Amino acid sequence: MIAVQAPSTEDAMQTSQPLVKVRDLRKHFPVRRGLIIERQIGSVKAVDGITFDIAKGETLGLVGESGCGKTTAGRTILGLYPATSGQALIDGIDVHHSNREAIKMLRRKAQMIFQDPYASLNPRWTVAGIIGEPLRVHNILPDPQARAERVKELMLRVGLSPQLINRFPHEFSGGQRQRIGVARALASNPSFIVCDEPISALDVSIQAQVVNLLEDLQDEFGLTYLFIAHDLSMVRHICDRVAVMYLGVIVELAERDELYEHPLHPYTQALLSAVPIPDPKKDRSRQRIILAGDVPSPLNPPPGCRFHPRCPIAMDQCSRIQPEWREVAPGHWVACHAV
Amino acid sequence: MESIAPPSKGSIANLSPDVLETPPLSLGQLTWRRFRRHKMANFGAIMLILLVLYAFGGAFVFSEAYANKTETGARLQAPSREHPFGTDTVGRDILARTIYGGQISILIGLTAMLVELVIGVTVGAISGFFGGLIDSLLMRITEAVIVIPQIFLLLVMAKYFAASIPNITILGRTFSGSVVVIILVIGVTTWPYLARIVRSQFLSIKENDFILAARATGTSTTEIIFRHILPNSIAPIIVSGTLSVASAITLEAYISFLGLGVRPPTATWGNMLEGAYNYIETAWWLWFFPGALIALIVLSINFVGDGLRDALDPHSRAI
Amino acid sequence: MNRRQVILDLKDLRTRFHIAEGTVYAVNGVSLTLHECETIAIVGESGCGKSVTMLSVMGLIPVPPGEIVSGQAFYRGRDLLALSEAEMEHIRGKELAMVFQDPMTALNPVLTIGRQISEPLRVHLNMDHATAQQRVIELLEQVGIPDPKNRMNDYPHQFSGGMRQRAMLAMALACAPSVLIADEPTTALDVTIQAQIIELVTRLRDALCMAVIWITHDLGVVAGLAERVIVMYAGLVVEEASVDELYDDPRHPYTLALLAALPRIDRRRDRRLKSIPGAPPNLLVMPHGCPFAPRCEFVFDRCRAETPPLLPVAIEHRARCWYDVVNGKPFE
Repeated sequence: MIAVQAPSTEDAMQTSQPLVKVRDLRKHFPVRRGLIIERQIGSVKAVDGITFDIAKGETLGLVGESGCGKTTAGRTILGLYPATSGQALIDGIDVHHSNREAIKMLRRKAQMIFQDPYASLNPRWTVAGIIGEPLRVHNILPDPQARAERVKELMLRVGLSPQLINRFPHEFSGGQRQRIGVARALASNPSFIVCDEPISALDVSIQAQVVNLLEDLQDEFGLTYLFIAHDLSMVRHICDRVAVMYLGVIVELAERDELYEHPLHPYTQALLSAVPIPDPKKDRSRQRIILAGDVPSPLNPPPGCRFHPRCPIAMDQCSRIQPEWREVAPGHWVACHAV
Repeated sequence: MESIAPPSKGSIANLSPDVLETPPLSLGQLTWRRFRRHKMANFGAIMLILLVLYAFGGAFVFSEAYANKTETGARLQAPSREHPFGTDTVGRDILARTIYGGQISILIGLTAMLVELVIGVTVGAISGFFGGLIDSLLMRITEAVIVIPQIFLLLVMAKYFAASIPNITILGRTFSGSVVVIILVIGVTTWPYLARIVRSQFLSIKENDFILAARATGTSTTEIIFRHILPNSIAPIIVSGTLSVASAITLEAYISFLGLGVRPPTATWGNMLEGAYNYIETAWWLWFFPGALIALIVLSINFVGDGLRDALDPHSRAI
Repeated sequence: MNRRQVILDLKDLRTRFHIAEGTVYAVNGVSLTLHECETIAIVGESGCGKSVTMLSVMGLIPVPPGEIVSGQAFYRGRDLLALSEAEMEHIRGKELAMVFQDPMTALNPVLTIGRQISEPLRVHLNMDHATAQQRVIELLEQVGIPDPKNRMNDYPHQFSGGMRQRAMLAMALACAPSVLIADEPTTALDVTIQAQIIELVTRLRDALCMAVIWITHDLGVVAGLAERVIVMYAGLVVEEASVDELYDDPRHPYTLALLAALPRIDRRRDRRLKSIPGAPPNLLVMPHGCPFAPRCEFVFDRCRAETPPLLPVAIEHRARCWYDVVNGKPFE
């Protein structure tokens, strides 16, 4: 029931040709029961029809609360999970329906940075092996000597001393490990990087280091980012456009300042009002929208608009009809009956 | 008064790269340091080395012929200068027999462990990595092997196969064919436990982000299994392998004690106990020396296993 | 000026942990006061000693490896650190209650929510079963759990994260404590749920006149919640001020840097974030001089040689720094 209006989305992208195109992408995880013969008893609709473009050199923020499907969305876009339906194109390569050659090329062009700097580095590999993995796997630099030189360059670029090339991840702090992860993502000269909550596991004083590094790298190499996060303040800082997800669907998508200053969807409004501001006077004078209850299970999402059970302005039709995904102002998309 | 320049904005190249103050330590070095701190494990390791030296070094003092030489005139002699550990029911020197028996016992322990490792790791790895139908199938087989009482299975298999295999000669030494049977029987009955450990390791490690990172990079499945997952599950495999040497030695002792294990004249610590129960009070040296050696080796292997378990934990940065 | 009575007075607390690698100097002389009905926040990054400080006060530091080297914690005139474990058990949960970050591990998975909340009632207040049940229902209602009569028979896994944290609060509030210590209670929760919990705590605090110590790393959460803020770094209090003063006029370079490193949701992006170089110190070595010196942009010789004391810089405002950030020169 979600209207896919691909052409008009593209019209909205005045700046340049989109590098990443996502069209009605769905990812359902089957829920199975049974010992030997498994039966499917339902499916978790983690991502249930999302559509957007990311222009070259742009940072698109994907925000939402835990369980909204933002991480699954990022992984499905990169083809790390097979899609249930829909399409994702990165630089013209269809992520889910291409031959091995094309996918191999895709793995060079698109990379990922992870949330947990402890789990995302193989504890038994040295920094040389970790950062050098893309170079080795894609035969970019088969010679170990040349590879080590390139790894050292990358280390210097992310602010790590090249002398540490033979150290193991456990010897580094969280922020340093995250920079190793950034260097690995950069190694194959990608054009698109999915940053999956890259700073939420870091201390406040370290977050800015990593964010600034990501921004510098974007300027230097013309990178395109999909920035997945739940920290709405950081998203406002780093992203050009922001998409808000709730229970597997995007409810609102707009240019950064437009979204933060004129949120249209009641969920976006509640979400933004819930973020504390580090300014006591301002924080006290704010009107907070406190949402009742919790996010429902994606195994059994509510019918109609998924937000209606918690929505402060829900109407009769909200529980029956899924709202249309409409462009209400240039570049400002929203799915809500009340807008 | 000294003040540092405020960090220049913009370029990270100006940011002085982070350096670490700690000396570089490989995981191997760390493991060794942690192992060294484990007192009981050190004791176990030293004990184990002494026992191996005893079994294999002793061969230079006594010949195998001497160990197997019966002398009916010297039956059941108490420990003396001539026979420090006494003699057995047919007059063989127990000291010499514990030396050669030790070789066989240790050999059985190690090779049975290898058999177990090969089967267990392969089954566990395939099951854990691929999941789905293969996993269900392999795990049902594993459970089938587990539910049959191990000792029972061992005894039946030992009895059924032992007689049919002729003696074999390796490196100029003749072994009773039953040795091979025992090794295979122990290996074939013990692997399910290891397979389950390896499977659970694979299941948990493959969920790590670094596996996803490898996939996002385009690393092949074979490489993910052999370069990413296997090295990370090596710790429990080593520990469990170590401990299974001990259990193989014990199992061999069991079956041999019941007379279904390794056939004489080849000595093992286990079959030396066979028949000793008739002389529990009258000739204590018959069971004391092989029994004590079994207890010692099992104990020290277990201590070493404990130490390895702690030392191999990659998450502790203890020095 | 604070006219309310001091309820908790912590003096020069020092806590260490003796581990295989050496000694961790976790808390290195923390003093603070808490007044009746007051909310203070202890802010700092992981490893700054904020949780250890309060766990020490509650007598919840495992000894060994922990060791409280010195300090006193007067609660209504009694030194908690000098009490025996048995005496402490009477106070813990009844006078001072604590809520933790992860409600899943803090709740026992095999006991019903109702049973766990009624436990302090029976232990501390000697309530019989029926009275306790009644009180549990009241408490659950108070923390906003719908249908408390039935939900009290649920097990923790049947509750969502936000509801578990509410149940933890109900348990902490069971005996109407005078002091509630909340250790990062909203860190594991989503923002909308965080807003619910903060709103709940503020409401309960005002209704029950309870003093609250809120431990967090989030300067945003603190702003709308606390009256006074204590900033900690490397086991030391580096700045202490009323909440308005701290945000308007921060005096310690660490606080300044932290605020500059935070992006703001209410403002258009106007600059890069100011990053703090380096990483928090390794507490295996007793800090020599000011612990923030290696990362500080105003550092000068004295900082590396002597640890500054907590100096008054304005009314009810103290900072542990040799440098006067307002006038841009070292203090005399």
